[in-house]
Amino acid sequence: MGNTNKTYWKGLEQLKNDPAYIKNADKEFVNLGVEEDPGHSRRDFLKMMGFSVAAVSLAACETPIRKAIPYVNKPVDVDPGIPNYYASSYINGGDYCSIVVKTREGRPIKIEGNALSSVSGGGTSAQVEASVLSLYDNYRLRGPKIGDKDEQWENIDKEVMSKLGEIAAKGGQIRIVSNTILSPSTLATIEKFKAKYPTTQHVQYDQVSYYGMMKANEESFGSAFIPSYDFSKASIIVSFGADFLGTWLSPTEFTKQYAATRKIDEEHREMSRHYQFESNLSLTGANADYRTPLRPSQSGLAVIQLYNLIAAKAGKSTIDGGLENVANLDKAAEDLWANRGKSVVVSRSNNKSVQTVINGINAMLGNYGSTILPNMAVNFRKGNDEAMSAFIEDASGGKIDGVIFYNCNPVYDHVAGAKLEAALKSVALTVATNYTKDETSSAVNYKTPDHHYLESWNDFEPKKNFYSLSQPAITPIFKSRQAQESFLVWAGEKNVDYFSIVKDNWRSWYYAKNGGGMNFESWWDKCLYDGVLEPGAADAAAASFRGDLAAAAAGIASRYKAGNTGLELSIYESYAVGNGSQANNPLLQELPDPITKVVWDHPVTVSQKDAAALGFTNDGESNTQFGTLTAGGKSVSVPVLIQPGQAIGTIGISLGYGRTKVGTVAENLGVNAYALMDGNSLAVYEGVSLTKTDKDFQLAQTQTHQTYMGRESVIQESVLSEFKKNPAAGRDFPKVSKWSEKVDPATLSLWKGHDYNNHHWGMSIDLNTCTGCGSCIVACNVENNVAMVGKDEVIRRREMHWLRIDRYYSSDGKHGDYQALEKAAENPEVVFQPMLCQHCNNAPCETVCPVAATTHSTEGLNQMTYNRCIGTRYCANNCPYKVRRFNWFKYHDNRQFYQANPAMNTDLGRMVLNPEVTVRSRGVMEKCSFCVQRIQSGKLAAKRERRPLKDGEVITACQAACSSGAIVFGDMNDPNSEITKLLKIERDEKRPNGIDKKIGNPRAYRVLEEIGVKPNIFYLTKIRNKDEAKAEA
Amino acid sequence: MSDGRGPKPKNMFEIMTSECRFVHLRIKGGILNHMMKRFISCFSPCVLPALVSLLLSVSLQAQDIPTDPAVISAGEALFNGNCKTCHRVKTKLIGPALAGVETRVPSVKWVFDWVRNPAKVIASGDEYANKIYGEYNKSQMTAFSSYKDEQILSILAYVKAEAAKVEAAPVAAAGGAAGGGSAVPTAYLDTILVGMIIILVLLVIILALIVNALRRFLNQRDLSEEDREVVNSPITFASVSRSPGFIFLVIFIVGTITFKSVIDGLYSIGVQRNYQPKQPIAFSHKIHAGQYEIECKYCHTGAMKGKQANIPSPNMCMNCHSQIKEGTNTGAGEIAKIYAAVGFDPMTSTYTGVTKPIEWVRIHNLPDLAYFNHSQHVNVAGVVCQTCHGPIEEMDVVKQYSVLTMGWCIDCHRKTDVNTKGNAYYDKLVELHSTAGKKAMKVEDIGGLECAKCHY
Repeated sequence: MGNTNKTYWKGLEQLKNDPAYIKNADKEFVNLGVEEDPGHSRRDFLKMMGFSVAAVSLAACETPIRKAIPYVNKPVDVDPGIPNYYASSYINGGDYCSIVVKTREGRPIKIEGNALSSVSGGGTSAQVEASVLSLYDNYRLRGPKIGDKDEQWENIDKEVMSKLGEIAAKGGQIRIVSNTILSPSTLATIEKFKAKYPTTQHVQYDQVSYYGMMKANEESFGSAFIPSYDFSKASIIVSFGADFLGTWLSPTEFTKQYAATRKIDEEHREMSRHYQFESNLSLTGANADYRTPLRPSQSGLAVIQLYNLIAAKAGKSTIDGGLENVANLDKAAEDLWANRGKSVVVSRSNNKSVQTVINGINAMLGNYGSTILPNMAVNFRKGNDEAMSAFIEDASGGKIDGVIFYNCNPVYDHVAGAKLEAALKSVALTVATNYTKDETSSAVNYKTPDHHYLESWNDFEPKKNFYSLSQPAITPIFKSRQAQESFLVWAGEKNVDYFSIVKDNWRSWYYAKNGGGMNFESWWDKCLYDGVLEPGAADAAAASFRGDLAAAAAGIASRYKAGNTGLELSIYESYAVGNGSQANNPLLQELPDPITKVVWDHPVTVSQKDAAALGFTNDGESNTQFGTLTAGGKSVSVPVLIQPGQAIGTIGISLGYGRTKVGTVAENLGVNAYALMDGNSLAVYEGVSLTKTDKDFQLAQTQTHQTYMGRESVIQESVLSEFKKNPAAGRDFPKVSKWSEKVDPATLSLWKGHDYNNHHWGMSIDLNTCTGCGSCIVACNVENNVAMVGKDEVIRRREMHWLRIDRYYSSDGKHGDYQALEKAAENPEVVFQPMLCQHCNNAPCETVCPVAATTHSTEGLNQMTYNRCIGTRYCANNCPYKVRRFNWFKYHDNRQFYQANPAMNTDLGRMVLNPEVTVRSRGVMEKCSFCVQRIQSGKLAAKRERRPLKDGEVITACQAACSSGAIVFGDMNDPNSEITKLLKIERDEKRPNGIDKKIGNPRAYRVLEEIGVKPNIFYLTKIRNKDEAKAEA
Repeated sequence: MSDGRGPKPKNMFEIMTSECRFVHLRIKGGILNHMMKRFISCFSPCVLPALVSLLLSVSLQAQDIPTDPAVISAGEALFNGNCKTCHRVKTKLIGPALAGVETRVPSVKWVFDWVRNPAKVIASGDEYANKIYGEYNKSQMTAFSSYKDEQILSILAYVKAEAAKVEAAPVAAAGGAAGGGSAVPTAYLDTILVGMIIILVLLVIILALIVNALRRFLNQRDLSEEDREVVNSPITFASVSRSPGFIFLVIFIVGTITFKSVIDGLYSIGVQRNYQPKQPIAFSHKIHAGQYEIECKYCHTGAMKGKQANIPSPNMCMNCHSQIKEGTNTGAGEIAKIYAAVGFDPMTSTYTGVTKPIEWVRIHNLPDLAYFNHSQHVNVAGVVCQTCHGPIEEMDVVKQYSVLTMGWCIDCHRKTDVNTKGNAYYDKLVELHSTAGKKAMKVEDIGGLECAKCHY
């Protein structure tokens, strides 16, 4: 970085120059102390060897007989060895994603985004990608139960119906409790149930509530709804704590829209500007151009301040309250005013008053109809906090006689969960359709498991007039039953076949309007094939804001305080395990949190300053101490992590952990932060304390241990103002010394270079649009059968991920002393860099392998041959990017890894494995293969059809999963491929297929260019929309 | 059927005669139809017989059956791949012999409809269709819904051309199986061997003579007692066996043989060449692929499109065996096992719904670390099945013919030319290869020996 004086650091340990960190900084594999003497002698070894030889020779006498069992009646469209794809919909509470399910021999093995959906836009999230393993969760209920006893469906139906009848006869109250339901047919089914039992009420709630927003919209516009947002039209984005790239409302959709505003090149040198005001360093905050750490108790006041600043410009009257001296707020107001109608202001707050003021700001800016679309109301979150609280009160008061939990877990994920659990004991009829034996399911008498969503028929309406279908991709594995069918049976309906009901509903609801002259069956088939039906929304009606701002100001004044000095707690949804419903999924548990890089746990995050005051210390080995966190009168014991960017005076903790009945993967990991919530608010302002305990603890973090040793050509970044002047701004052009002169490293090589006559695979990763969300990591794990290794092994730096996302902090100036360190860590800039095998043309790993197990292909791939590898690890040692991972253990069929890696250790879990990719054994090296199985199958399909390969036919798993489109993969020899155009590869007529492609895109660079290994992965510089290069500290 | 409990089956003669009668009747009906449509008002009934052949040819000329050799050969491929399982041109198999089909069906259009959806034609109440349906014990022909008019026409063209051929005298063809006779005649080799043995014997005799002459020469010289003893010492077994040269030779030979057998033994671990397990059903490829010449890909449907060639599911067996209830070698016993698997009652020709999958023993077992795709080899490269699977059409019980080791794969990839003809995927590679030299483009030239082609 020749032109800035930034310092990059990977964690506080590096910044502090912690002795333990320095000691291990240059080692990839840290020596964690000599393992204890196992107590075996040489004699034992010989005995064992003798026995083994005898055993092996005996065992080798006879080859095991392998059976091949064909279908009795082969389905016409299923061919062994050929995958089938079905459009469907992911659903988890109110979370929604339109997907395409890849199945092999009737087993779903991979989930990808459905590009036909304009709601999720072909993107996925980590949780969507991981949900395929939840299908094969060993903790799923095998069939219906009464209490803890297995029972037949008929008997359960009989008992439930007779009890429902009794309750109905005496006029008792029945409740159906669920998360937000997106499915029109399910709602219709529940209506049928209600018609049979008229005392039934349906209560919807959300783990993280958006009720305040709905109420605010009701007041402001007359109806309780949540509008669609279109960030892609926004030039200025201001967010008060709303983590719209990570967890807020519809992050997959927003990531795509946001990325569209962050794509820049020589021709388009404009991008959006993003302000974030928040307490925890969120994923969204990490991507912001201007980020201001703010106490949660002040955020409402900052919103009023912003309103007043804009109102002053608009010539409207201001409202009471407001907070002076919030960094960047004045600047944000100016930018917003200058970009009226092309901006958006959002807030995470569940406080009606705050959301009303936010609506007021957006109305003043004329954002309704452009970036905020009230005509396309979304249904993702419809939970009603009041109804839910009333239900729990009624249950405790003994006023409820029957309750059916439809796929929700309030005992765990509601603030009053413990109260509900106690109350359920005295409710006469308790039923849960949850498909695992979770906290709520354990607390009810009748367990009537629903199918997993991949086994179900259903329909959804994620947005008004945007419909989608979900179809089973596998025959139900267990004796579960579609919950809607259960409702219909209990309602005494004759037709309980939910598939035919959905189909009939679509016929009567949508076919007439949207059939387009097709006959119904063809139209239905088309809907199923597409997975979505999008007639689109009505035209945007002008929304006239009529909220009561004075009342809102008063509401804010009663809740928010400018001068709070005590600790405040800010609770957030975990990026990996989300709200905890998929906690038993090791793919998510081992997905590093994008910011903290912690796996298999959730520490509380505190700022450097507070940590010093409270006496917590972290070291380079992720050693920390337990603290006792008290909030809302409840105390929990949690490890403490010092987090740069954490607002001073605040502590952060994520939801999704502390599950008590969830299965072996996640049981008793972390604490339940739902219980710490302040009513329905994620922020707790009072009565929060954190005290140090004597208990030490080691966290498992996937980063802090791999430094790039000051070679700062790794991250190349600049600011938009510089980029406008020079599109190569921020680029580092390293030179190497020859005896006479300094030259470009690309011109020096020991080799003459080689030609790739057929394809030349390459990848481009745009650091500007990569948000660091991590869905690519999970997609890679699922696609490539990457082993999960568990917490202990991650602590030993043995995670197996082929693709990691390095998160670098940067801040200005030097930081030697403690004050400077505190300042630097207060609010650093963040860069995410996906790091995977770079497929170097002059790969250093290849030259050191003594057995030629890693070699180069004629298509530019760096190939890893597991069956040839003898495990010397020379290659990992020689890899400048540290992307090679070694199998220290046999992670499959090994009881030691049963808990962490059920996908390779249980019969059920193994169904998720990709049959095209070898499961690696102990003692071999592995790494990213550029999804060679996809390349090969794409090529073969082209060969079979006797035509050249088309661009876009081969996409890697990470690329497919990337909602923002930051990853582009393709053939660099193909002049018409997307990657050729993106990198502006200039054709070298003398040597068109050579390894040295002339890259014309000034933003494109190779990491560690100076060492001359010539990777086939290019990164595009990170450009921040800032006025000057200086970081705001 | 042989137990006499079921309805007495028609014997072949009965079937054949009824077929003939049926065809005869049909021709009349067809003509009458045409009469009604076009000519009934114009011609008096007395000229009808004279018009028979004329009208027939007119109706067919509307959809003329092509005689173009290219079309015929395309038809042959289609016929062999799909129809041959049940139909022959001149003999009756599961379905009728097809020779002369164009003259006995109502129209060519009828053939199109029939081939694409026989059930529909039968359901429509078509007289001829129902007649033939009844004739063949209500067993329905497989529908080939994707066939285009020209494809069906090409099959008809092939059938017509084939039917027209005069039965050629059976040619006394040699075996002709893959990997046939060697180039050098055995007698020639024997001669060389005998010649060499003679030369060796002569050499030994010459050496003995030389030794004798030398000894005689040395005895004539004035030698010391010791030297004389050495010269005249007799060659005994003891002296030979103690000589260092002999000991070395023996150790060398024993060592070499041991070494070679150990290495060979190690290399054969996991190699199952000639593995010929007993299968749950004594299915004979010799009968199906050899005698009846059923195309391999008729049953092994995956070979052209995917990784696995697929062991056919028993419902595919039922395409023929719903009719053929007794086998050539094993009678009804083995075919009954198929019925047990698919749940078919041969007495009533109905399905019971009770199924039981057949557990075949896998013969060709590649290790999990090796990726092999049939469609790449069969479809793209056009490699015939016998190249790897050997003379499968001669095997009653299938065995593993090739070693299936990596060396065997590599060897073929080194020797085999890439099948680039008509495949645009390879155009660029062919062009680049031809500029580089004149040698044919082998698989190894385009990365066919790279690790990640098979290992990932």
